[in-house]
Amino acid sequence: MADVATAPPRAQHNWSIGWGDAGPFLALAALVAIGYLINPDFLSANNIANVVTRSAFIAIIAIGATFVISSGGLDLSVGSMAAFITGVMILFMNTVAPNVGTAAIPLGMAVALVTGIACGLLNGTIVTVGRIEPFIATLGTMGIFRALITYMTDGGTVAIDRSLRDAYRPVYFGDVLGVPIPILVSLAVAVVAAYVLYRTRYGRRCVAVGANEDVARYSGISVTRVRITAYVIQGACVAIAAICYVPRLGAATPTTGLLWELQVITAVVIGGTALRGGRGRVWGTVAGAVILEFIANLMVLSDFVSEYLVAAVQGVIIIIAMLIQRMSKR
Amino acid sequence: MSAAHAHLPALEGAPVLRAERLAKEFGGVTVLSEVTLDIRPGEIHAIIGENGAGKSTLMRLLSGYLQPSDGELLMDGAPIRFHAPSQAQAAGIALVHQEILLAEALTVAENIFIGREITRFGRIDERAMREAAAAQLAAIGCSVSPRARVGDLSIANRQLVQIAKALLGTHRVVIFDEPTAVLTHEEVDPLLDIILALKQRGVAILYISHRLDEVERLADRVTVLRDGRMVGTYDADGLTPQRMASLMVGREFASLYPPKLERELGEPALDIAHAHVPGFVNDVSLTLRKGEILGLAGMIGAGRTELFEGLLGLLPASFGEVRLHGRPVHFRSPAEAARAGLGYLTEDRKGKGLLLGERLAPNLTLAALDRVHPFAGLDLAGEATQLDRAVRSYDIRLRSRDARAGQLSGGNQQKLLLAKVMLNDPTVLVIDEPTRGIDIANKSQIYAFIQSLVREGRSCIVISSEMQELIGLCDRILVMRSGRINGELTGDAMSESNVALYATSSVASEQALEENAHG
Repeated sequence: MADVATAPPRAQHNWSIGWGDAGPFLALAALVAIGYLINPDFLSANNIANVVTRSAFIAIIAIGATFVISSGGLDLSVGSMAAFITGVMILFMNTVAPNVGTAAIPLGMAVALVTGIACGLLNGTIVTVGRIEPFIATLGTMGIFRALITYMTDGGTVAIDRSLRDAYRPVYFGDVLGVPIPILVSLAVAVVAAYVLYRTRYGRRCVAVGANEDVARYSGISVTRVRITAYVIQGACVAIAAICYVPRLGAATPTTGLLWELQVITAVVIGGTALRGGRGRVWGTVAGAVILEFIANLMVLSDFVSEYLVAAVQGVIIIIAMLIQRMSKR
Repeated sequence: MSAAHAHLPALEGAPVLRAERLAKEFGGVTVLSEVTLDIRPGEIHAIIGENGAGKSTLMRLLSGYLQPSDGELLMDGAPIRFHAPSQAQAAGIALVHQEILLAEALTVAENIFIGREITRFGRIDERAMREAAAAQLAAIGCSVSPRARVGDLSIANRQLVQIAKALLGTHRVVIFDEPTAVLTHEEVDPLLDIILALKQRGVAILYISHRLDEVERLADRVTVLRDGRMVGTYDADGLTPQRMASLMVGREFASLYPPKLERELGEPALDIAHAHVPGFVNDVSLTLRKGEILGLAGMIGAGRTELFEGLLGLLPASFGEVRLHGRPVHFRSPAEAARAGLGYLTEDRKGKGLLLGERLAPNLTLAALDRVHPFAGLDLAGEATQLDRAVRSYDIRLRSRDARAGQLSGGNQQKLLLAKVMLNDPTVLVIDEPTRGIDIANKSQIYAFIQSLVREGRSCIVISSEMQELIGLCDRILVMRSGRINGELTGDAMSESNVALYATSSVASEQALEENAHG
């Protein structure tokens, strides 16, 4: 037996995932340094708070996407789902506001959350029970949600009722001890999400399903339940983001949340979550969302590149992130 | 080692290929050192050794996939260096890989000629390729059509296509890397015939295998590797599988199997009546008694695995009745079965058993999360304790607690998988291929472990394609064929020939058994 233990190690894969773990934070630090060199205003407390606040809803949605993607799924519908939830919420609040006054706001939030969970349930059910590829299933619901918001707004805008505007305003523009509320909300979501993913049985199951569905099934894990739950978490996160986002927009339009799915998936992937599933990084995702917003901000602050090219730069980043993931696997 | 060299038989002919003090390091770690051997025309030279002994490294050095760190290769007495596999091929050395590396969507002919297509004026000449492929296949006695899609072929036929592909052109040395690992028992013989035919033609053959009985049948000489070093080269005459095992492991093996227990068996522990798994199992009934080790033999595809996948709700199935310790049960998922006390250890430990990229602790507790972590948050300290306990009780050898499951050797992966299933404390355990692809020392530990399970009052079903394993371990053997139970063997009737008979012939009469016993 002894010679089994002392058998010389053979050439093995390098399992280290250094980039996946520390990479996003190093990239963020480098970006801050570069930003300061380009324009010292970049590091002003005001600008930083602004940028991070703006990254908050992508961060919140991307945290939900971290669950979906690490469980081996994908959700392309998040952008139009956000628009749809915003529309439902505003219409509901405007309808009840004459009767209940500002109590319409918490009620509206509850409606948003329920709508988000229902949307997630729909996606999850189509993917698992309907056994349709996540890409196709959520491409379908993406179209459905987008058409519904267009229909609800009649192609125009649905603005939040004037009587509610002031009362709702602090949810996006307010702060606690100087920290903007959206930042606090996204931190809270991240803390809860990190706990769920790393420290609960569900987190273990989620990652196991993403790593190898067969192993999960043979281990007695209900793959269907785990997958649906991931989509429900995603729906709830989209709802939370929409709730924070309403005061800033003030209205729902057919273009609300357009191409957010690109930013969300980019944030998740540059955060170190494996796109094929089996590895999720909640804080990496948050860093990824902030990186994306920093880059957009830098492009605005500097004169090197037109800000119209922001989406192009983000597209390039997701491709680079995938290349790095692939290379770090070798 | 010096004693071993005295055994060298005086074979005719100068060596085609000779390795002189061949060594290989990877990043400062020596994986192979001081290996000296030669291969002569018309001889079958077997290389045996446990996993990690350096067999694969040696193969890759000889076939140009790796370059030696030290020592040299001589071909016909002249030093030669291969910088790429193509150079070794050009020199007449072919390697038949262990895994089947073929494009499933392409035809047999397209696969054989992939990368070296026959062209006419720059256009691919399909007809010439098909004809040449047919000739090549006929030469190794394979009747597959060159037009067939590889994806539609059986594993055995794919292996033959792969051999035809490797042998395209003229070859002086052919290296077979565990060619029978993916084959069922009855598919092995035709392959061995092909290898013997190559030998007759004067080809020098290097044969790597885990199956020592095959080595005994085929080899002229046997070189044993252990821990990257040469134990010696031996004349195959008079080298028994048991002696080979001892040389590989470095200690004497009294027996691979623990002595059978003399005992009274208890009540039925698992009772399956009229199991149907559409497409796989047709009306199977069996009873496992408390404290029994019941073997389930048969060829791959006989429905053994599917019977239990159906029982666990992994495949659609219907049952007349299933009783576990006398209580009627119906499982919709492996989780329900585990709660009732039935554990199933999959045959596919890499694909269905373990998360290879995950650490050991999450792997260990994956099937028993509710048991190990009773509260909302994970009990990581408790989990670490469980891992310590598993490492100790199952003798799992690892370099670090932070290792990934994929970094363990096959044997240690199997022990980890065993520990994982045992965390649910099953009273009835079904182990599918308990020792596939693992080395002898670990095999013998796993056999001893299975016996200790039944000594504790648990009951065990062992599904295996290795007949000796079932005969050495089990109290009783059921043989399945084409989805049915075709025979039951106990006591002295548990012989390889009887198992093979029931596994392959539709009506195995008492008379046939009788003849077999005497002939």
